[in-house]
Amino acid sequence: MSHPPHKDYDGAKLGMWLFLFTELLLFGGMFLLYAVYLKRYPHEFAAGGKQLNWIMGSANTVILLTSSLCVAMSVTAIQRDEPRRAVALVAGTIICAAGFMTVKYFEWSAKIGHGIYPGSAHLKAGAPGESVFFSLYYMTTGIHGLHVLIGGALLGWIASRVNTGTVNAREFILLENGALYWHLVDLIWIFIFPLYYLVL
Amino acid sequence: MSEEQHIISYRKLAFVWVALLALTALTVGVTRVELGAYKVLAALAIACVKGGLVIAVFMHMKYEGRLLRWLLFLTLVTLAIFIGFTFFDVLYR
Amino acid sequence: MAASELDTRVRRGGFWSDTNRTGIASWIFSTDHKRIGLLYFYSTFGFFLVGVLLGLLLRIELMAPGRTIMGPQTYNALFTVHGVVMIFLFIIPGFQGSFGNLVMPIQIGARDVSFPRLNLFSWWIYMIGAVIVLTSLFTGGGPPDTGWTFYVPFSARTGTNVSLAVLGVFIIGFSSILTGLNFVTTIHRLRAAGMGWMRVPLFTWSLYATAWIQILATPILAITLVLVAAERMLGTGLFDPVQGGDPIMFQHLFWIYSHPAVYIMILPAMGVISDIIPVFSRKPIFGYKMIVFSTLAIAAAGSLVWGHHMFTSGMSDTAVLVFSFLTFIVAIPSAIKVFNWVTTLYKGSISLEAPMLFALSFILLFSIGGLSGLILGAAATDVHVHDTHFVVGHFHYVMFGGTGFAFFAAMHYWLPKFYGRRYAEKPALVGWALMFTGFNLMYFTMQVLGMKGMPRRYYDYLPEFATLNLVATVGSWILVTGLIIMLVNLFRGLWWGEPFAGNPWGGATLEWSTPTPPPTENFVEEPVVTHGPYDYKGSGIP
Repeated sequence: MSHPPHKDYDGAKLGMWLFLFTELLLFGGMFLLYAVYLKRYPHEFAAGGKQLNWIMGSANTVILLTSSLCVAMSVTAIQRDEPRRAVALVAGTIICAAGFMTVKYFEWSAKIGHGIYPGSAHLKAGAPGESVFFSLYYMTTGIHGLHVLIGGALLGWIASRVNTGTVNAREFILLENGALYWHLVDLIWIFIFPLYYLVL
Repeated sequence: MSEEQHIISYRKLAFVWVALLALTALTVGVTRVELGAYKVLAALAIACVKGGLVIAVFMHMKYEGRLLRWLLFLTLVTLAIFIGFTFFDVLYR
Repeated sequence: MAASELDTRVRRGGFWSDTNRTGIASWIFSTDHKRIGLLYFYSTFGFFLVGVLLGLLLRIELMAPGRTIMGPQTYNALFTVHGVVMIFLFIIPGFQGSFGNLVMPIQIGARDVSFPRLNLFSWWIYMIGAVIVLTSLFTGGGPPDTGWTFYVPFSARTGTNVSLAVLGVFIIGFSSILTGLNFVTTIHRLRAAGMGWMRVPLFTWSLYATAWIQILATPILAITLVLVAAERMLGTGLFDPVQGGDPIMFQHLFWIYSHPAVYIMILPAMGVISDIIPVFSRKPIFGYKMIVFSTLAIAAAGSLVWGHHMFTSGMSDTAVLVFSFLTFIVAIPSAIKVFNWVTTLYKGSISLEAPMLFALSFILLFSIGGLSGLILGAAATDVHVHDTHFVVGHFHYVMFGGTGFAFFAAMHYWLPKFYGRRYAEKPALVGWALMFTGFNLMYFTMQVLGMKGMPRRYYDYLPEFATLNLVATVGSWILVTGLIIMLVNLFRGLWWGEPFAGNPWGGATLEWSTPTPPPTENFVEEPVVTHGPYDYKGSGIP
């Protein structure tokens, strides 16, 4: 190739944002179903929401907000040419992600222990709307949890690139895009939290 | 979009983080009070403010050019239409 | 063919020869948009031929009442697979993947797309998805028999291999999204110096609008398919009335994607036509700005009308009214385009070569398809012809007569540019004439059958429909004969035909200013655009 590899900072960021739009629409489909079924089963949704543990939900909200702060600060750090701090902050984000998943694990296993999971006998015996609420809850938080895992792995890989210096104060778009992805995960949770845990 | 970088200070990020935590506490508080149907609205309104803060500061949207903002707007309008138009069916069935 | 193929490749030059890799690796690991474009072309077009074969079998089954060559279950599986292959494996990825990749970066004067490796990755996951879809036909409970729409509750209950097929389509959707975001970024960021938005060729404009639909609508399909799979595997019951779910919500979600997807299929076709008509009329396009506007308007309005697929589903009457009204809005920008094409022809110096013939038949067939769409868009008439062969005729007029013929037009217009050799003109005309005749014989008859009340998706029918069905089947044979002639002529020409060089048709868009075939990074010097894409005087073309 006769030309040097093409670097387009703004293009890379535009591409990432477009990808985030698709993620917004993906969860948008779930929120659409939520809206429709909330309209149809307001009482069952309230009853379902009461059964979710709002303390665990709040804890996870705080954890995710903190993780978002960490990754936002890591972008500032790399821009200021402080790679070690950037790596430490990304590590903080990943620890938060692990914490989030741990809380999630306890939450889900408690629910499943009570016989509340999609297609369970308990839900089939109960009001139809409640089964819808919990199915939506499992699908939405499940897909969100998957995004947490993917985001964590992605940030881990990017941190290793910061470590080796491939991502640095001049070439940090990878970290910035990784951070954008992580913020999206946070953003979705900001809406999941009140809709599922607090609609009482 | 411009090639020059805007660096957001740690202080500002931390400030936004505190604001987000405060808003979270507010949501929890609001939904514990008996507000009836307004509860969902209040919770969603606060969530929107929180989302706006994350997008504007954490995601640097405040410092981006017009293009990205318009595209984000387009996306949100599209989502609103998808949800809204479905209610032509759901509300009147 | 290996030896002779190697010979021609060496002689071809351009991007065919300046590569470090050899053999198959020079293709499936190449990030050159032209090579990826050809990969897409051969894979999607290969699936098109599979789809044609299945369609032919369906028509043979319907040749006479009763069982002709297959039973009901086989017929259900065949029309499902025909639909899935044609829609998800050919027509949605086809235009963007093949001609979008081949032509768009050159048209805007770029060396490649914004994310070349992502582009290759898109093709790879498209192929993985396609293989999974094909696997679903031969494993598990047998090929899916739900129709390509995977409607619940049947898709949640049938014992056939729906889960795997749905997974394959999900993965292909991911590929579609990545192509879309790649193209939007490319068109925003990599236009050559001097190419303002109002100098962007109309094919590229159409790809831009299409890419936005891919970005904003495809995720909804993804989540819908995930939910169907969850319904089958976890028993979530979100679409199951017994557990409080609502099957109509599936239809909403499905058509929120799949109606805009219709515009993913047709918009690039309209773009090709907008590029071909002025070239073969020796006249600048009429109303460039209005065509751009109508392209964007179709993309936007197309996102508001999904409900018109559901008039008889039991959705609310208010929704039926609203969606029926909105549907008519889409007719406006579509008609603007047709008027502009026709006006471009007016007093032009028209030369009826193969690409132009396909383009002209596009206008006619698309108009028939579009107008029959209005009959379906009006709720009152739709109730009568819903789920009849009228619908089948309608969407084949738009998808095959429209997009299909535009695809053939693009094949005759652009492939010689990338091969440096061309087809013979006369057999191309014979092929076109047979296809055009067979096409109308087959699908117009189907529309008549539908008006008479013949339902779709049954392997059998009442004896009174026998004659017309035989006519339609004979039409399908004429169509396929024409297709074979066209393909043999085209590919024989591309491999061994007369050399094709320069700008024989006198196009003013940038792809005609590069060497033939284009070199790997397209331009010898970075182009500076000084005139519009249809400004023949400005570009010094006689």
